[in-house]
Amino acid sequence: MENFFTRYRNAGILVLLLFAQVVGLAVPVKRTSESGSTSLIRFWGVSAVTPLEKALVNTNQGVRNVWRNYFYLRGVRRENRELKEQIERLRIEQVRLSEDAAQARRLQALLGFKEQYIAQTVAAQVIGSSGSDQSHVVYIDKGSNDGIKPDMAVITPDGIVGKVLRVVHSSAQVLLINDPSSGVGAILQSSRLQGILQGTAAGEVMLRYVMSDEKVTTGEQVLTSGGDRIFPKGLPVGTVQQTNPGSDLFLNIRVKPAADLSRVEEVLVVSKVVENTAPASEPSAPLRAADILAERLPSVPPKPPAVPATGTATSPTTATKPGAATNPSNGVTGASNAGMRPSTPAAGPSQARAAAATSGDAAPDNATKKPAAKPSETAPGGGAVGVTSGAGIKPAVVKPAASKPAASGDAEKPKAIDSAGKPAKPAAPSPQPSPGEEVPR
Amino acid sequence: MTDMPLVRTSREEIEVYRFGPVISVLIPLLALVIQAFVPVKVRSFAIFDLPLLVTIFFAVARRSQVAGMLTGAVIGLVQDALTHQPIGLYGVAKTVVGYGASSLGVRIDVENPGTRLLVTSGFYLVHQAVYFLVARNVLGIAIEWLWAHTLLAAVLNGLVAVVLFGLLDRFKHST
Repeated sequence: MENFFTRYRNAGILVLLLFAQVVGLAVPVKRTSESGSTSLIRFWGVSAVTPLEKALVNTNQGVRNVWRNYFYLRGVRRENRELKEQIERLRIEQVRLSEDAAQARRLQALLGFKEQYIAQTVAAQVIGSSGSDQSHVVYIDKGSNDGIKPDMAVITPDGIVGKVLRVVHSSAQVLLINDPSSGVGAILQSSRLQGILQGTAAGEVMLRYVMSDEKVTTGEQVLTSGGDRIFPKGLPVGTVQQTNPGSDLFLNIRVKPAADLSRVEEVLVVSKVVENTAPASEPSAPLRAADILAERLPSVPPKPPAVPATGTATSPTTATKPGAATNPSNGVTGASNAGMRPSTPAAGPSQARAAAATSGDAAPDNATKKPAAKPSETAPGGGAVGVTSGAGIKPAVVKPAASKPAASGDAEKPKAIDSAGKPAKPAAPSPQPSPGEEVPR
Repeated sequence: MTDMPLVRTSREEIEVYRFGPVISVLIPLLALVIQAFVPVKVRSFAIFDLPLLVTIFFAVARRSQVAGMLTGAVIGLVQDALTHQPIGLYGVAKTVVGYGASSLGVRIDVENPGTRLLVTSGFYLVHQAVYFLVARNVLGIAIEWLWAHTLLAAVLNGLVAVVLFGLLDRFKHST
């Protein structure tokens, strides 16, 4: 018996070691921290290797900085001149883009879109990798001490890089988008086809689950779709490099990543994404653009309930204007001011909408019932007047506002209201919009 | 030039080497750091497996199966810790290689550069095969066996091993 153990001692140890590791594959011993649980061996391994990597990176960067900042200054003047010219060009472009952005924001608010934007990032340096072809991960020099948490997006100015997978105190593991276990919601910029971005064992990036009967052109931009709840929508991912029909129903689309994943050095970790929502809508009924605008307008004091209507609805300045009394949305807009709601519940947005939906032409009735045309007293009730300005309301203001184009600017100005109504010629009544219409045309 | 037999005829002819504790820790750690750091700058460097080469070197030089297994297991587990895959994949593969390399070191001469090239290339293939089998059959990870890539990597690792083992020979002491 003793001979048996002596003879097979080494083989027995081998079997024991292998058995322990196979069991370890299934039952990892974990260390729980505030940033989630991490395998104990992983924690020790990373803690042993990353300080040395950090030291290497810092030394490398220090030497490079000394060289670049103190010795190698050739061509700096020329570069400075070129950068100044570039700034000038970008300033001009910025003006144009800011106009576009403002317009897009207004439209998004009108349509109730959720808007995501990156509010806070943490700059980090890549200090290491897994060192394996089977695992496309990199390590960054920021960890839970710097507010990094798992599932945060990691990007560069060029495009997305990956997501934070595991975090220890002073470093974090980032899963690159070219790893087979990675998945990113993506959308093709021009065709708006959606798919899932996945890596391959060879380190390529493929866009999957796009039907094979769709047309995808080489060179088309791929953006994040925001569907994965990790990457904010609209970040550049890459460009379509090659498209082949797959063996199944889907296309094989190879994507060239916008960020150079093989040489990524500095990254930004998106630590905070702000999601702007449009004003809260009623879940039971769709929200009209006019309602949204009304809620954003300055409130007016409540109208005295006892003021009699004196047939002023026939006043040419209001009743004949499509944007005022003849437009149901304007009636709602005026009534939905904060000051009007308690006193005239029937004129609130939902009620007005219901009325507009049930009666084919409810708005003119509303206008005639309210003393809208009486300039000094009845302004809040008259849709267009109430919207025109919060205080000092004059009927004369209505006229120019009604004739202004819709897309000319601020949502709190009368011209924006006109976009919700009919911006047609003020004198001649234009065709009535359908009462239940939701968005401006 | 002395003629050295390729195959040992008895255990008495085998020279067993020892390493200081600092070297035993520092060299594997350095191999792991280089393996993790260099691919950030040069992605293709990931084709090499320096921790595997170090495992083979220590296992062959010490000629102790237990020491070879333990060296392989520890190096493999730390390497696993740096990946995002389950802990134990590299551990199992390097334990097997450590056992095999130390067993082989007992029987044949591994001081010869040609033998080193062949032995290292062979053990690289064994390592990849064990990794592939465990990943695919135990863990169900969908990985592909790429013959061309694996054979090329085996030869390249063998070539690097010849140079690396020559450098590491300076740190070993005869018992």
